[in-house]
Amino acid sequence: MSENMRTIVIDGEEVTVPQEYNLLQASEAAGREIPRFCYHERLSVAGNCRMCLVELVGAPKPVASCAFLVKDMRGGPNGEPPQMRTLSPLVKKAREGVMEFLLINHPLDCPICDQGGECDLQDQSMAYGRSGSRFAENKRAVEDKNMGPLIKTIMTRCIQCTRCVRFSTEIAGVPELGATGRGEDMEITTYLEQSMTSELSGNVIDLCPVGALTSKPYAFNARPWELNKTETIDVMDALGANIRVDARMGGVLRIMPRIHDDVNEEWISDKTRFVWDGLSRQRLDRPYARRDGKLAPVAWEEALGIAAEKLSGDASKIGVIAGDLNDVEGLKAAKDLFDALGVTSLDCRQDGAKIGGQGREGYLFNSTIAGIDKADAILIVGSNPRLESPVLNARIRQRWLTGKCEVGLIGEAADLTYEYDHIGTGPADLAGLSKKRTGFIKALKDAERPMIIVGQGALAREDGAQVLRAAGDLAAKIGAVKEGWNGFNVLHTAASRVGALDLGFLPGEGGRDVAGMLDGASSGDVETVVLLGADEIDTSRLGQAFVIYVGHHGDAGAMRADLILPSAAYTEKNGLYVNTEGRVQMGARAVFPKGEAKEDWAIFRALSARLNKTLPYDDLNTLRMKLIEDHPTFGEIDHAPGAASAADFDPAQLGADGDVSDAPFESPITDFYLTNAIARASKTLAECSAMAAGARAELQAAE
Amino acid sequence: MTQLLQDKDRIFTNLYGRHDWRLEAAKQRGCWNGTREMLEQGRDWIIGEVKKSGLRGRGGAGFPTGLKWSFMPKEVGARPHYLVVNADESEPGTCKDREMMRNDPHHLIEGCLIASYAMQAHACYIYIRGEYQYELSVLEQAIKEAYDAKLIGDDNIHGWDFHLYVHHGAGAYICGEETALLESLEGKKGQPRMKPPFPANAGLYGAPTTVNNVESIAVVPTILRRGADWFAGFGRDGNTGTKVFSISGHVNAPCNVEEAMSIPLRTLIDQYCGGVRGGWDNLKAVIPGGSSVPLIPKDICDDVLMDFDALKEHKSGLGTAAVIVMDKSTDVVKAIARISYFYKHESCGQCTPCREGTGWMWRVLERMARGEAETSEIDDLLDVAGQVEGHTICALGDAAAWPVQGLIRHFRHEIEERIENYRAGRPVFTGAVAAE
Repeated sequence: MSENMRTIVIDGEEVTVPQEYNLLQASEAAGREIPRFCYHERLSVAGNCRMCLVELVGAPKPVASCAFLVKDMRGGPNGEPPQMRTLSPLVKKAREGVMEFLLINHPLDCPICDQGGECDLQDQSMAYGRSGSRFAENKRAVEDKNMGPLIKTIMTRCIQCTRCVRFSTEIAGVPELGATGRGEDMEITTYLEQSMTSELSGNVIDLCPVGALTSKPYAFNARPWELNKTETIDVMDALGANIRVDARMGGVLRIMPRIHDDVNEEWISDKTRFVWDGLSRQRLDRPYARRDGKLAPVAWEEALGIAAEKLSGDASKIGVIAGDLNDVEGLKAAKDLFDALGVTSLDCRQDGAKIGGQGREGYLFNSTIAGIDKADAILIVGSNPRLESPVLNARIRQRWLTGKCEVGLIGEAADLTYEYDHIGTGPADLAGLSKKRTGFIKALKDAERPMIIVGQGALAREDGAQVLRAAGDLAAKIGAVKEGWNGFNVLHTAASRVGALDLGFLPGEGGRDVAGMLDGASSGDVETVVLLGADEIDTSRLGQAFVIYVGHHGDAGAMRADLILPSAAYTEKNGLYVNTEGRVQMGARAVFPKGEAKEDWAIFRALSARLNKTLPYDDLNTLRMKLIEDHPTFGEIDHAPGAASAADFDPAQLGADGDVSDAPFESPITDFYLTNAIARASKTLAECSAMAAGARAELQAAE
Repeated sequence: MTQLLQDKDRIFTNLYGRHDWRLEAAKQRGCWNGTREMLEQGRDWIIGEVKKSGLRGRGGAGFPTGLKWSFMPKEVGARPHYLVVNADESEPGTCKDREMMRNDPHHLIEGCLIASYAMQAHACYIYIRGEYQYELSVLEQAIKEAYDAKLIGDDNIHGWDFHLYVHHGAGAYICGEETALLESLEGKKGQPRMKPPFPANAGLYGAPTTVNNVESIAVVPTILRRGADWFAGFGRDGNTGTKVFSISGHVNAPCNVEEAMSIPLRTLIDQYCGGVRGGWDNLKAVIPGGSSVPLIPKDICDDVLMDFDALKEHKSGLGTAAVIVMDKSTDVVKAIARISYFYKHESCGQCTPCREGTGWMWRVLERMARGEAETSEIDDLLDVAGQVEGHTICALGDAAAWPVQGLIRHFRHEIEERIENYRAGRPVFTGAVAAE
């Protein structure tokens, strides 16, 4: 038995558990379930609900098992192991008492409460509640609070567990919730009746054990037992958060996080959670073709015919741009088809990031997301992780909170929810950093596990390749890449980017990149442009080119398109996505594509037959086998390579040599809530965006 | 007839403010006499003497003070040690610390120095109740005197660098709970912390801290000067020393008085307070230790001794030794309902049983005081009180439950009578009319 373990007796049964466990964890290890409301594994211990009381043999009163550690238990006088009871009459009575107290002022509105069916209070009252009430007084009523467009509050239901307060203070780092008043007048509030500004605010809905904080957009929409639950992957950012999509009758009604400790723990951003109403708006549900300047509905047969005609011409006059939300299978089918056609102008970097083509380590988040928990110095270059990946940012904050990690930033100064050393704003500061001897560079050099996080704000610019080289140089100089640790990281913003780079969805020999294609289209050199859900380009530069848009939302790309081939959104197809750390994850279909829309790969498969270049797969499985055969990395589901190949990776060789400009780095995301076509179709997120813009304007006015 | 405490054995010789509280006068009364020599005897001697004196904490719980001091780490580690003096005297009925700080502040200041030295603390905070404006002013002046006379501060004549700060509370009862006091002192909302860890391991700013009542600290210099045996010579075994009693309510002359522990309650009231209003037989009940302890009816009062153990035998407690006397004119149900309201009002709201239970108990008691209740509710109320007691983070839940339990234990018949009266349409309260 290791020194860190201790044998204790739970309900007469001996178990050996780590010393630092609390009694609640120890009981769970022994297979005893302890009821709780305020305790949450990822939050600090409050010990205020008193539901988890257990009996310690020899102690005068029951103790809160969430707040009492195994190492603090006292054994018997003759060295007997300490004993606790979780099932004794005393414990049962204590819990029943607490339950009664919680219920006396809790409204009896379960029939109209959105938490009904997944309510901790409801569930636990089944075990510990009385059949009738002894409480003859009036129940307390609490005024509802305004927490913005996402969170609906019915504060009379609140049981003051303070999980939401602890979440906003500890995890989100935006202490906007708190308790005012005392005794039975204690209320959870935002103090100023303002909506929460955290990008993670929706998580308090999951944390709330009762129906006090519920989802405003989902209000009165469904009961949990009517929903079909599909476990899949989020595409709102490059984190690849694990989500569960709850749908009923073809409509997505809500999105919730799943637990994945190496990716999103159990948090998701508000964009991920509330984008679902965008999935039923602005949808492309049938093919359209432009006739006399207007898009008119056409049949698939006709649409494919037009596409085949346009694509059978001179391959050098065709360009293909992939967007940010694509699944790997769709990109693979597209790439196979256009390769077969001899098209070399393919690009997946809508934003013009100068990255890819040089080996996987050059564009991955090599330290892995979980690696942040071990980092002891983090340099962020040209990124605002709070906007680009809020959940990852919260992880950096968690690491920073331990006091074992320093953070430095080169780029726009912004509130990242943690303190950082603001070293500079542009490429010159990055180059200058390695010449310094004191300050943050010392922390980086001394760190055992330093991290450099390069954002798209540093790469999506003219001198992106040079900035990449500078960052790589610095990584090499401080010894960020070594056996067992790869501290060079690229933080992507697009969910499909890494997958597309893995596929090599990049300009071939003599091919044009995105900027080249747009130039060509403007000048007439490129005659046909295929947009695979690409909406973030400047469509006004497409000139006279014939634009084929393959996508699911009527956004910038579809507006300009001459032919629309409707495809499936991420909740509507089985597909692979690769997150920023190179982790291949499998998404699943929750609902069917809208109307006549088809899955992306099937569209290209159909098109290939029209072009006499029939692709060698008729179903998704065959496609995946071909994919894995061509690119073995896709076969390793849920695996992040991390530092596996650190030995062969020289970050100093990344990018290209050359001069850098003086322009400061700018984060590619200005409006967190509206970064893609689905989000732009969401009313909820539009409201959030407007609120955030209002708050920003107010702040500027105040300054 | 019990021998009363003689003036020569009183520690607080200026309890009534008849003399000057300032340094010169205090020195003449013995303060700061031989302090340096006491410190020179060493930490172990000091803690040993305090242990030997049998001094039990004067804040209510009665935990042996010397033992508490010995829980502090023997060596100062990465974090400094702190002494915190709890002067947030908010328990209804209790007003002993107020008089000490008003009239004998140098006892406290000297005690702070000695106790801090014994626990290797260079800084001590006195957390004083928000309403104690005058006491705050006196204390601040006295501390300034001590600084000016180099009794405390850097390079003082006692050879132990020591700083004393007074922190003014904002008037919340809960901030008298030691961990809530620490939270408040740190600038946070006054809510009790979970124990363990105990303050001796992680207290103020996470550093080892001892929290003591004003009286516990203020008596230490005299104990050391006159010897542990002298102090231990008063009172019964395990309940030694002298103690300041605060007697209020239906007595002819309410007062604070320093007496030996284990003095009979009746002697205390008759000798110092001019007896119960209307004579001893007019006594109905006594709350012997501040509002939180269960009341005791007259038949127990007749011969009970005022110390921790004797009162505990009668399911009450010495608490802060704030004796609240109630004669037969008292509407005892209403009185306890008022106390219940106090606890409901002062509950911090952090943990469930206290937050919800205090309000419930108060509302039921209010109805019972009017007779508007069912007889079965008496047992329900007792059960609810039992569900609050012992299930909370701090002792406020217990403090709210005990008076209710005491009431039902001794005056159940009175509640029942009221309910019957109310149902019969008779006046609910038929006790003697107040003799005002």
